[in-house]
Amino acid sequence: MWNLIKPQPRNLRLWQGLLLAAVFGLWHVLTVPGLLPNLVFDNDQQAAFFFGEPLKVAGRIWRWFVTDADIYGHLGVTLVETVLAFAIGAVAGLGGGLWLALQPMASALLEPYIKAMNSMPRIILAPIFAVWFGLGIASKVALGVTLVFFIVFFNVYQGVKEVPPVILANARMLGASPRQLLRHVYLPSATSWVFSSLHTSVGLAFVGAVVGEYLGSASGVGYLIHQAEGVFDINTVMAGILVLTAFALALDGAVGRIERRLLTWQPRPGGSDTEQL
Amino acid sequence: MPIIAASAATSRTDPPPMTPPALALADVSCTFVDRANPAARYTAVAGVTLTVGAGEFVSVVGPTGCGKSTLLNVGAGLLAPSTGTVQVFGEPLQGLNRRAGYMFQAESLMPWRTALQNVAAGLEFRGMPPAEARERASDWLRRVGLGAFGDRYPHQMSGGMRKRASLAQTLVLDPDIILMDEPFSALDIQTRQLMENEVLALWQAKKKAVLFITHDLDEAIAMSDRVVVLSAGPASRPIGEFAVDLPRPRDVAEVRTTAPFIALHNAIWAVLRDEVLKGYQQQLQAGG
Repeated sequence: MWNLIKPQPRNLRLWQGLLLAAVFGLWHVLTVPGLLPNLVFDNDQQAAFFFGEPLKVAGRIWRWFVTDADIYGHLGVTLVETVLAFAIGAVAGLGGGLWLALQPMASALLEPYIKAMNSMPRIILAPIFAVWFGLGIASKVALGVTLVFFIVFFNVYQGVKEVPPVILANARMLGASPRQLLRHVYLPSATSWVFSSLHTSVGLAFVGAVVGEYLGSASGVGYLIHQAEGVFDINTVMAGILVLTAFALALDGAVGRIERRLLTWQPRPGGSDTEQL
Repeated sequence: MPIIAASAATSRTDPPPMTPPALALADVSCTFVDRANPAARYTAVAGVTLTVGAGEFVSVVGPTGCGKSTLLNVGAGLLAPSTGTVQVFGEPLQGLNRRAGYMFQAESLMPWRTALQNVAAGLEFRGMPPAEARERASDWLRRVGLGAFGDRYPHQMSGGMRKRASLAQTLVLDPDIILMDEPFSALDIQTRQLMENEVLALWQAKKKAVLFITHDLDEAIAMSDRVVVLSAGPASRPIGEFAVDLPRPRDVAEVRTTAPFIALHNAIWAVLRDEVLKGYQQQLQAGG
């Protein structure tokens, strides 16, 4: 019997679903007032107060998406901030990385400052950006850009430095001018490095947007969470976290699809393109 | 089987050429300085004088680490010699050698381009309209037996297929001088002989000047008009030149069994053996 239902590749999804259900079930049993005798807390309302109740969280999400349908504006704002932060940060990082990698003197000159800026905990810039760019979208985008820029920048820099010398020499022997080298050798090589860091940088753009909203804004999912926290509405906070998680997962999936489409020339990680039947 | 007279002469004087040679290195030396330790110098090649006539197939053999690739890089213009001069068809070489095609030892295809795009790359770099470049590239892919694999990326091809694509990439530009750096050393023996025969057939048809670097003496003799033996490094220099008078067209597998080939092989090996041992000893010492 156990051999039939034990976890194996065939029923992996089912087991993953079961695990999720078990976590939510446990959460439900431990927090609903009056269901279990109090073990940790003084009265039976406290568990629900600190951890929320899954059914109420689900109700909150239902109201957001279906009955009230008022979360779409906030999600849209967060999405726009994420996409803008990623696009600006990636393009700037690509340009900066390419330029510095091809200018040894400039890179030697700027090296300590770039290191310093990268080491700085950049989340702390959020209040400054709020002062500079106001409480609208711009300050969140700026925060996201500072996070994304360095990831892409260092990857591109590395990518250009690690173009195999033979490929470079070969392209030169084939007659490539410096411009053509940039366009046909450095850029494709660097782009592959940008894509290899895409999951990280999109994730960080998202972090920048949400943290920015949380610290001061009038819209966005981070703002919703901040509002709910202000009135100790833990169910709404949890609902916001769940929505953000699902959103981040969807974003990651989209990135994976784009990556697969654009990087067909790269061998799949793991070495082989084929799988044994 | 016809009786072939092979002359194995160690003469270093060539008959005076009518036209300037395709590639002429005169008294070339290359010294490298260690970037971390400027006092440490390494002279790869010293006092090398080497000519490749137009339409001539010249092989350079020598022990590992003797600076064969350095010579080729000098001929390609990728590396400026520390002393000495390089002339291409009588003109002093400045910058890259635009009349040469270079087939590298290592993987040199651009991994982000398909086989067809790789072969067309040189034509596009030189300003040919993309449609025409593609047409010529696919023609060359067919010639090297990759007609059906034009849309494969390098990582989807076998080592032999990648070498063929590299060959097409070099030859599609129709260079007057072809530089080859152990192009087939990574291939298995069957694929290798096929490729060698293909290169010979292509060379036979177009009669380009070829400078072919190899550590495989059999390969050198089977393919070339002339074999140059390099001494062990550092500061290696040519220590022998052998004309190969075997009749063409040759089949690289069959020619190996003929008596003149074996005689020539023995004569060259007698010169080469000491250098190989010397080079091996040096590597042992450097490693220990």
